[in-house]
Amino acid sequence: MGSCNIFELSTQLLFSQLLLGLINGAFYAMLSLGLAVIFGMLNVINFTHGAQYMMGAFAAWLMLTELNIPFWGALILAPILVGLFGILIERLMLKRIYHLDHLYGFLLTFGLAQIIEGLFQWRWGSSGAPYQSPIAGGYNLGFMYLPAYRGFVVIAALVICLATWFAIERTRLGAYLRAATENPTLVRAFGINVPRLITLTYGLGVGLAALAGVLAAPIQQVSALMGTNLVLVVFAVVVIGGMGSIMGSIVTGFGLGLVEGFTKVCYPPGSNTVIFVVMALVLLVKPAGLFGQTK
Amino acid sequence: MSGRVMAETLLKVDGLQAWYGESHILHGVGFEIGRGELVTLLGRNGAGKTTTLRSVMGIVERRTGSVKFAGRETIREPSNVIARQGIAYCPEERGIFSSLNVEENMLLPPQVKAGGMSLGEIYELFPNLKERRRSQGTKLSGGEQQMLAIGRILRTGATMLLLDEPTEGLAPVIVQRIGEVIRTLKSRGFTILLVEQNFRFAATVADRHYVMEDGRVVDTMAAADVQANVGKLQAYLGV
Repeated sequence: MGSCNIFELSTQLLFSQLLLGLINGAFYAMLSLGLAVIFGMLNVINFTHGAQYMMGAFAAWLMLTELNIPFWGALILAPILVGLFGILIERLMLKRIYHLDHLYGFLLTFGLAQIIEGLFQWRWGSSGAPYQSPIAGGYNLGFMYLPAYRGFVVIAALVICLATWFAIERTRLGAYLRAATENPTLVRAFGINVPRLITLTYGLGVGLAALAGVLAAPIQQVSALMGTNLVLVVFAVVVIGGMGSIMGSIVTGFGLGLVEGFTKVCYPPGSNTVIFVVMALVLLVKPAGLFGQTK
Repeated sequence: MSGRVMAETLLKVDGLQAWYGESHILHGVGFEIGRGELVTLLGRNGAGKTTTLRSVMGIVERRTGSVKFAGRETIREPSNVIARQGIAYCPEERGIFSSLNVEENMLLPPQVKAGGMSLGEIYELFPNLKERRRSQGTKLSGGEQQMLAIGRILRTGATMLLLDEPTEGLAPVIVQRIGEVIRTLKSRGFTILLVEQNFRFAATVADRHYVMEDGRVVDTMAAADVQANVGKLQAYLGV
């Protein structure tokens, strides 16, 4: 036991775990993408990301239970609302620490996460609230039964990731972003309002986290601490992919979801740690990450 | 005969002081440039030429005094607002973005005024750049990067160009080419403030020279007077 012989595995188990891994990977990709965008522009590692993901899920849940706004409305409204909250944080707090050491960014965003999660826990407790899946039914794929909603999540995540990649790598605004990441002073001297660009970038990154949270609500329980464990894994994903790399975080996110799924089949006890093992190995060989560039 | 072009003043700098952190770099710089003029700031390393350009552009954190552009006081304005009034900056280190290809670098500075040159006109001026427009910006040679750094600010409609040592570290044939470009730009009506160490190059393009020393403007000289004052200039520049 313990040894992984792929030929002895039931293909049914393998495929179903890989598919579940892909669904997890969809969330890793969306969250690490937001972190990468924020880090590239603000040079801040946003430890509030997990809390903002949770806020997205909560916003959707509250919209449904208090205001009767269905999932599809929340999918648009919740990220905007949480993104605006992010913009407020950036304007009031983050912008004061850009010239300081990374450590201050860590302390500020980590502390904020504690406060936000504490407040939600205090108001709504830590037992999760269920959220009805907006798409009923599913497909029998032969090797497993795939709930239609989970299939939708994978496709939605892919669309979101590719749209973000396109916006950053192929548009005028994205070119401003990439240039301002390299040399904000010069970009500003060309007449671009870089401080506003930074604010919007943070709003966008936080909005992405909230969007992932809304998508997660029907799969997970909506709870105050739903982001804490997830975000730990996501930080490992970011480190493996390479800090600030857009494509890197997308590919690594989905890829590590698959790796995790695969480990669940051949060595279940290792599935919780495999990502961190990969992280250690990658750091040994490529300290800048798989897609990162050493400056 | 001062040789002074009696055009309307476009840029007027008065009592300009600037600091980097605790170091006091500029101690009351004053000069002015008429519309359509090409003026150089000469001086040794550390005289404050680059800091003067950066202060005019608004990218020195702490500055006092007066910088008036087209009659408007800009000393308290951030650089993005100053740029929008029609001043464009070409930094000494060229500032080509490695995450952007040549054409993306070219299209990066936004249009701030009507009447800028078209991309076609700029490529006509720099044919090499057109050939290499899909290359990564920093993969170009030093001379090409310099041309890209100049080319990209011509699209914006800015009427005043601040060029910081555009010939630095380039081969003589490229320096000559840059000189032709600068003369072309002047003939197209651009107002140019040029920082140079190489006064022989500066003398071939400029209408007038200001000499800086220890964070002040200490002398001014028309192009026509340079020949008669070579000794004095060489003393200023320590060559």
